[in-house]
Amino acid sequence: MPSHASKQVRNKIIGYLIFLLVLALIPLFVRAGIITEFVQNLLMYSIIFAIAGLAFNILLGYSGLLSFGHAAYFAVGAYTVALAPQFIGETSFEVLILLALAASAIVSMAFGYIAVRLTRIFFAIMTLALTQLVWALILKLYWYTGGSDGVNVKAKPLLGIPFNEFMSRPEYLNTVFYYYLLGIFAISLFIIWLVVNSPFGRALLATRDNETRAEFVGIRVRLYRWYAFIISGVFTGLAGALFAVLNGHVTPEQADWIFSGDIVFVAVLGGFRFFEGPILGSIIFIFVRQYAMGYTIFWRLILGSVLIVLILAFPSGIMGALNSIANRIRAGSRILPAAPTPTPTAITDIKHHQEGGREK
Amino acid sequence: MSSQEPILYTVDLKKYFGEVRAVDGVSFKISPGEVVALIGPNGAGKTTFVNVITGYFNPDAGKIYYQGKDITKASRIKKIRMGIARSFQLVNLYDELTALDNVRIAVLSRLGKTSIFWKPVERFDDVRSEALEILASFGLEEKAEVPAKALPQGERKLLDVAVAFALRPRVLLLDEPTSGVSSKDKHTIMERIVPTVRNEKIATMIIEHDMDIVFGYSDRVVVMYDGKILAEGKPEEIRQSREVQEKLLGVTAGAS
Repeated sequence: MPSHASKQVRNKIIGYLIFLLVLALIPLFVRAGIITEFVQNLLMYSIIFAIAGLAFNILLGYSGLLSFGHAAYFAVGAYTVALAPQFIGETSFEVLILLALAASAIVSMAFGYIAVRLTRIFFAIMTLALTQLVWALILKLYWYTGGSDGVNVKAKPLLGIPFNEFMSRPEYLNTVFYYYLLGIFAISLFIIWLVVNSPFGRALLATRDNETRAEFVGIRVRLYRWYAFIISGVFTGLAGALFAVLNGHVTPEQADWIFSGDIVFVAVLGGFRFFEGPILGSIIFIFVRQYAMGYTIFWRLILGSVLIVLILAFPSGIMGALNSIANRIRAGSRILPAAPTPTPTAITDIKHHQEGGREK
Repeated sequence: MSSQEPILYTVDLKKYFGEVRAVDGVSFKISPGEVVALIGPNGAGKTTFVNVITGYFNPDAGKIYYQGKDITKASRIKKIRMGIARSFQLVNLYDELTALDNVRIAVLSRLGKTSIFWKPVERFDDVRSEALEILASFGLEEKAEVPAKALPQGERKLLDVAVAFALRPRVLLLDEPTSGVSSKDKHTIMERIVPTVRNEKIATMIIEHDMDIVFGYSDRVVVMYDGKILAEGKPEEIRQSREVQEKLLGVTAGAS
């Protein structure tokens, strides 16, 4: 049994490494003319959304809490990077990232403290309301934030090296910043994976599945939810910080509840019951949105239709659909040769196999 | 056994819900290694009594003592950490998680390890093997990797007790561990639970309706009626008590 579990883990880690390797080769594909710079640019947005989606999913997937307010932490991260130079001057990006992490930690501590008192729809509404507070502040403090015009964000020195001074912006974004982003994505992926697979992650699953029982084995449910909220908020803030530099411009739109909805969408689309769901969801979301926007100004209509189809046909997201297909093929090849009359236990075993897949 | 110091006792414990006197002056004691059956008709206040002891409700009056200390006002979590655990009449499990994880989370919590977020849970080999051992003592070792929701009812009831047991309690309160399963399975469940708790010298109180189970597996029977203790004694004494027969056994025999 332990070898089975560790083998699964090893396969997963190999999968992640291959995925990261492919991403690392993208700039070479661009240079070879196989894909365009524009596609690489969209991939960068996808990676940023993936970090936010993974962070968001600590709450939805692992704690059973639907936050409709993740735009707040994203915006706090983005605006910290955009506004801090006014006060501390232009510095290396790392300093700004640390500030963004601190700012989003403070905001998520405060908001989380209030929100974890509630669950279900009440939690969702509370997080939504709190986000609107951030949105309103950004809009009203226009002498700092530029109001609805937003703030321009310059390219930043990375690791203390002022690439921004000797590179054009596209060159900067598609080379050094790309790898920088990829590095941060890899680190985030690793940390979030560790969090959800740790004893703490199991405790979160316990609070998700049965709050009463979790309490009666001694888990302090609210406190753990608060921790999860903060971790989730901080990584979402990190995504916001990266977004500020990539986008070159931040606006109140990033604090809007519609933007919160986009983060929810990414997780639901990919499959929130799967760790990797939000990554897949982000890539598909960014690309579909881009091409839908090219077709029509009613692009949200297209995304909405996708969501409706998804919830009706594949409630466990794209990952869920892929997984059940894979399981069916695997189960088919295993069961067909013998074709025994299934005993009741065999039936439950098969059923559990198919359903059990939703977990991992 | 009864000569031993009680590990837990209550003094004149009361819990009212408005006009309803759910627990109305109960003085109860239990010693290490003792298996006490708490019986009584529906609404006698048995589950409320358990809820008050575990801190789910605060009592309106009376005291609870555990290992000689007054724990009447102690919080739920404190009582769990001290070693008072319970199982549930309606199974409370983490349905999406495997049987192993259901038990493992309790073990992690007892060891104070649930706040560790920087190390995969699979790396805690000692926790894993302890959880598997506990599953084995309840006959569930084959089901370790099965999600709780896919287990048959009898095994879900056992797993519910196993989760409480994984907290290594000194006092274990089992709320109808055999309700909702066939009478054959009732015995299977009790054959698993009773030797295990006796082995560990856990003071165990079992709320039970099935008289075969009550008389077959307990050292002492406490009869509750209208929030009060009506009678108390060895199983055979209770079986022969006229008062108990009239108020309780007669009704039960008629119903079954």
